[in-house]
Amino acid sequence: MIVVRRPDLSWVEQLYLPGFWEGLKVTWHHFVARLSGKTRVTLQYPEERPPIPPGYRGAPVLVKDEEGREKCVSCQLCEFICPPRAIRIAPGGIPEDSPYAKVEKAPQEFWIDMTRCIFCGYCEEVCPEEAIFLLPQHYSLNGRSREELLHDKAKLYEMGGVLPLPIRKWANK
Amino acid sequence: MVTELTVFLVSTLIKIFLVIGVLLGLVAYAVLAERKVSAAMQDRIGPNRVGLPFVKARLMGLGQPLADAFKLMLKEQFVPGHVRGFYYNLAPMLAFLPALLAICVIPFAGVDPIHLPGLSLAIPQPGVIANVGIGALLLFAVTSLGVYGIVLAGWSSNSKYAFLGGIRSSAQMISYEVAMGFSAIPVFLISGALSLPQIVDFQIERGWLLLPFVGKQFDWHLLFLWPSLLLSSLIFLVTLFAETNRAPFDLPESEQELVGGYNTEYGGMRFGMFFLGEYAALISASGLFVTLFLGGWSLPFGLLGTATSLSTFFLQALVFLGKVCLLVFFFMWIRWTLPRFRYDQVMTLGWKVLLPLSMANIVLVAILLAVFGGTP
Repeated sequence: MIVVRRPDLSWVEQLYLPGFWEGLKVTWHHFVARLSGKTRVTLQYPEERPPIPPGYRGAPVLVKDEEGREKCVSCQLCEFICPPRAIRIAPGGIPEDSPYAKVEKAPQEFWIDMTRCIFCGYCEEVCPEEAIFLLPQHYSLNGRSREELLHDKAKLYEMGGVLPLPIRKWANK
Repeated sequence: MVTELTVFLVSTLIKIFLVIGVLLGLVAYAVLAERKVSAAMQDRIGPNRVGLPFVKARLMGLGQPLADAFKLMLKEQFVPGHVRGFYYNLAPMLAFLPALLAICVIPFAGVDPIHLPGLSLAIPQPGVIANVGIGALLLFAVTSLGVYGIVLAGWSSNSKYAFLGGIRSSAQMISYEVAMGFSAIPVFLISGALSLPQIVDFQIERGWLLLPFVGKQFDWHLLFLWPSLLLSSLIFLVTLFAETNRAPFDLPESEQELVGGYNTEYGGMRFGMFFLGEYAALISASGLFVTLFLGGWSLPFGLLGTATSLSTFFLQALVFLGKVCLLVFFFMWIRWTLPRFRYDQVMTLGWKVLLPLSMANIVLVAILLAVFGGTP
């Protein structure tokens, strides 16, 4: 059993007025510090942006390599691992006369439903081609309809852009 | 020709429009000020986005009251099915009216007749809407009516939260009403008047009752009455907090335990009326305190004591407004500093501390006045 010792208050303290006074001083200091700009906690969001730490998982996007070639080979590993089933891929081929014909496959269409995505990053982790990334600059995502948040291939490449990485698996050596 | 009656009627109408306009504007901006003050005391920024209409600038959120008012008025006036309709609709009006009524006897500027250029007749009692001889009594009577709105709201809502809020409110307001009246009696004893303008005139001559050394002439009587007056003003201030349901006595609405208290079942403009009433009561309570203890419309040392022209008259009104705003800020400061009292603590404080103290104070002041004299 724990016995909590209540403090013995002197009669001045029992008036509570000294306590009130101390409390008023505390709030006054906060008030003045805020008005004089000494305290600065709030981030005025749309005008001021928070620093995004490296490794932050933003929206998943598709990227191209430095030659402008789409990296995705539509192996559909991301589609299979995606826990909320946000990814849908329609696989397609690369025509014979293309300089990248030996890659053989590329997605015909690629959808990521951002109303389902949970930003877990499994797709990025599982991708053998390093074609899909959760880029930190896409941390602010919004739309006025469900259709708007169903990102298709064009939108995904537009958001991803070119991301050259040292791995050059399919380069013509 | 212009008769005395028309001058009286026209000037009274103008005063009513001015006072109600200023009061409602002050209420709207008191809400914004409350949010800004609370924000600053909690290291936040507060509303700063809404600008005035047709103005692109944000003006630090000064358009917020306008947006709030439109929101409240354009909302669906939803009435839950389980309420008692007539009383449910009556309650917000009853909560709003006393605060508006109370303001009509509070003098916001000097009451000596003013002569306007081009007008043969003087304007009677320019500084107060109704110069009632028993203004202070009327004020206490009217402000205590405010409890009916809250009790009716709590009862007619047929909801346990609202009901508990109403019960707490009635218990609290009734018990603090007594101490409030008793704590004001020393003021009436010393100034020898129940009329609020006369009390202010007394303070201009002899010193404000809270600061006795700022009068036109120094009065040593007030100096040894000062401790009693300090106690009296302290009790009066505490009971004002309780009367206006402000923190730390905001038990009737205590949102953490009673959802919204007495106004739980209200929405839209009906809720808005309670909200406006609360802030209007806060402002008229501040006005009352300023009138009784802080020298009303006057500046220290008898400055601006009497108005001779329209410009000094408006200066007096501005001084009064400034004092009221400072006191309203103090109310907000307290609200964001102190936690709410428990119900039994409120009752203990009211009946066991404030009431006996204020009664003893009356006796003390009466004895001091009888022994040393000092009433005008």
